[in-house]
Amino acid sequence: MNAFRTDQEFFMDPQRCIGCHACEMACAECETNGQLPMIHVDYVDRYYTPQTSVQICMHCEDPVCAKVCPAVAIEKDEYGIVHSAKTDRCIACSNCVNACPFGVPKKIQPMDLMMKCNMCYDRTSAGKKPMCATVCPSGALFYGTREEMARQRPNSTPVNSFKFGKQTVKTRVNIMMPKGATELVVDDSE
Amino acid sequence: MATLPASPESIIAQFGPSLNFPKPEGIPGRDEPDAVVKTHCCFCGMQCGIKLLVKDNHIVGFEPWEEFPFNEGRLCPKGVQRYLQNDHPDRLLSPIVRVQGKGFEKTGWDPAMERIVSEIQRIQSAHGKDAFAMLSGVSLTNEKSYLVGKFARIALKTKNLDYNGRLCMVSAGAGNKKAFGLDRASNNYSDLAHAEIVMICGTNVSETFPTLTHWIWQARDNGGQLIVVDPRLTPIARTADLHLPIRPGRDSALYGAILHQLIKHDWLDHDFIANHTTDFDKACEAVASYDLDWAERITGVAAEKIMRAAEMWGPARTSFLLHARGIEHHSKGVDNVLACINLVLATGRIGKPYCGYATITGQGNGQGGREHGHKCDQLPGNRDIENPEHRRYISQVWGIEEKDLPGKGLTAYELMEAIHRGEIKGLISICFNPLVSLPNNTMIREALEKLEFYVAIDFFLNETARHADIVLPGSLHEEEDGTATTAEGRVVRIRKAIDPPGDARTDTSILLELADRLGAGEHFRYETSEDIFNELRVASQGGTADYFGITYQKIEDNMGVFWPCPSEDHPGTPRLWEDRKFKTPDGRAHFHGIAYRDPGEVTDADYPVILTTGRVVSQYLSGTQTRRIGKLVQQYPEPLLEIHPKLAASLGIRDRESVRVSTRRGSAEFPAQLVETIREDTVFIPYHWPGKKSANQLTSGHLDPVSKIPEFKVCACKLEPTGHLAPPPEESKAWASV
Repeated sequence: MNAFRTDQEFFMDPQRCIGCHACEMACAECETNGQLPMIHVDYVDRYYTPQTSVQICMHCEDPVCAKVCPAVAIEKDEYGIVHSAKTDRCIACSNCVNACPFGVPKKIQPMDLMMKCNMCYDRTSAGKKPMCATVCPSGALFYGTREEMARQRPNSTPVNSFKFGKQTVKTRVNIMMPKGATELVVDDSE
Repeated sequence: MATLPASPESIIAQFGPSLNFPKPEGIPGRDEPDAVVKTHCCFCGMQCGIKLLVKDNHIVGFEPWEEFPFNEGRLCPKGVQRYLQNDHPDRLLSPIVRVQGKGFEKTGWDPAMERIVSEIQRIQSAHGKDAFAMLSGVSLTNEKSYLVGKFARIALKTKNLDYNGRLCMVSAGAGNKKAFGLDRASNNYSDLAHAEIVMICGTNVSETFPTLTHWIWQARDNGGQLIVVDPRLTPIARTADLHLPIRPGRDSALYGAILHQLIKHDWLDHDFIANHTTDFDKACEAVASYDLDWAERITGVAAEKIMRAAEMWGPARTSFLLHARGIEHHSKGVDNVLACINLVLATGRIGKPYCGYATITGQGNGQGGREHGHKCDQLPGNRDIENPEHRRYISQVWGIEEKDLPGKGLTAYELMEAIHRGEIKGLISICFNPLVSLPNNTMIREALEKLEFYVAIDFFLNETARHADIVLPGSLHEEEDGTATTAEGRVVRIRKAIDPPGDARTDTSILLELADRLGAGEHFRYETSEDIFNELRVASQGGTADYFGITYQKIEDNMGVFWPCPSEDHPGTPRLWEDRKFKTPDGRAHFHGIAYRDPGEVTDADYPVILTTGRVVSQYLSGTQTRRIGKLVQQYPEPLLEIHPKLAASLGIRDRESVRVSTRRGSAEFPAQLVETIREDTVFIPYHWPGKKSANQLTSGHLDPVSKIPEFKVCACKLEPTGHLAPPPEESKAWASV
């Protein structure tokens, strides 16, 4: 039986990332990943700052990766989770890798397959939280209800609308922004 | 003879460090474990709750323990990977004995024990009881810490027992005892949530205590402001409202200058000072001339920033001051701690909700391990080994004559110096790797080579143990029951998940058998770890660290109990000093007059650059465990020399260039990492690596006169570019450097 908790959401605040890599190591523990992390932590520019940033799949409402897939290997389910390409359909063409505005899917060479975060479907479908958000020590990654988030971070607001030029992308995953923000403008050069 | 029995390369080939990686196909049995054991991480003082998955007496993975109140499932990369210390190819599975020219060979427990006992007896009858010393460590549980203290004093009958807490937080312990009469974090971390000002002094929280970040961020989420004092822009300093990039070794000047401003602007709690403290006048007198100009000159922090810190700290209604090794690892570590405590006492913000003060204890059981007697001057319950009343009480608990209880021995670094001088001839060590973790380690190596007999107990052959005559295979954290006390003062249960593999034994059973063979068996009759804990409860009763009211069941029922807990119906004490009854003889908190003095070594024309050392998030202490876990090694493969681009340019040093770093103690090469996140007069090297990659070849042996902590955090060095770039980091073998 699927025990996916529809009242819980993913909230990401890259500014809180301390670069510890606990999320990557915990993600890699998942057997379906074969010890490869589906979440990525990188320095912004270590010369100037210890600031790191973290990226998981944003699980778009209208996922570009799925739209550009010629093999119809990528599907979004009833809970809004955009799954990794089906192994029996993926032809490793890298269309999704090139199309994703967040740079999430990766072509994994030895297997010649696209792999990406599926929001720990084995855990979330059993009512658990994704591994990365469970272990994250700084709250850069949080999984829970909107009410919990509002209570814990009264000066931030979740945003799930991203503006890339003329295009707006809505996602299932939220980014925490200063209170009152409604969208994140990634690129306003139309 | 404790020189290496064979080349270090051949010892490493046999005993590691080698790297353990999880299998890509997963570990069999993880989906259907036989048991899910709720315990704690084996690493730092946060003691995060974690669930270990067990199958067929193997640890096959972990699950976050979301119900445990401190970390609620959160973990750092070390916690995530900790299970990989199990089933490790380097694990010692039987006693081994040195064979000169060959290395180490397996031996049986009987011959090993017989030889150890006969060597102890030979050395002690020839040179006196104190010529055989013991070194211990605070990754051990409370039970084992207590047992080591009792073992050394009444089985080994030596006064020379000390522990690696000596290079952890002893300055904080000594400062807390002077100011409060008791050594524990005054508050638990939930008091951070609504602190208006959080001041973090010399602690790289996000790398060394990553899960504490959550609690500090909570204060910020609720509108609080953060001050961070650190020579480097660490990940937590990046998020600070005010970062004071202090010149290493000048801490007490900064806190003195802030106190000067609190006095000048009357940001003081006069009622608290008058009714609950002493010696405020002495504290005032000491800082009377510490104006902003003076402070800027000494500390290298801009006067405006110091003033801003005073303006933030002074008038706040609530606050929490945290410090750690950054101010404690100094030849004036105790002064630095007391200067911080002065700021807390002057504003009276202690013993109330969201008004806190704490040292962040570094090691897994750094708190409990420093309370129950494996420290050279201490008896259980944080009693004083030179106090006649304390001696009488413990002698009675142990069933010995008080005259047979040894007195105060040497501290860890002094003990190695005494070995070097030839005064101590024999050594037994457990849970301590001084060849990597003590400063000036050329002296440490020479000392080890002079030992007539050395026996080490460990689960891996650490770098120091390579010098041993016999190594006994002890137990991992998850192979024995017990308790630990977290940095908050919360006593938690360490649960046994599996039995030791092969012929390895539990640390406890090894010590009990040795005690028996040394003729002291009658004092060491325990069936279980709980038996030892129950004796510890009695031994601690009436001491400042009173565990009498804590039972295994009570810990289980409450997910931990905060000491002091003097009776079974007592709920424990999460927040100290609510009653304003301090544990000093006069019942008041004590200010101290702290006059600034320079560090033990200052820069000069020959050694013009300040060297400071510290840790990285993926490694733990001397790396005995974490340099054997593949992904942790890959995350930060080799120690780098962090250097400001301006200093680098003045010396012609390029990024990734191999740089020769020299001090009066030694010299070594490290790749340069050019970053603007460090002071221009200071370089930083993390210390987790051995051999030629060891930062502690360079550090100084200056000790604090009170706490005897070594001055790891500041010395003088010179830098010379070598002209060649270091090989790519992924080619580095620093984790097994010789």
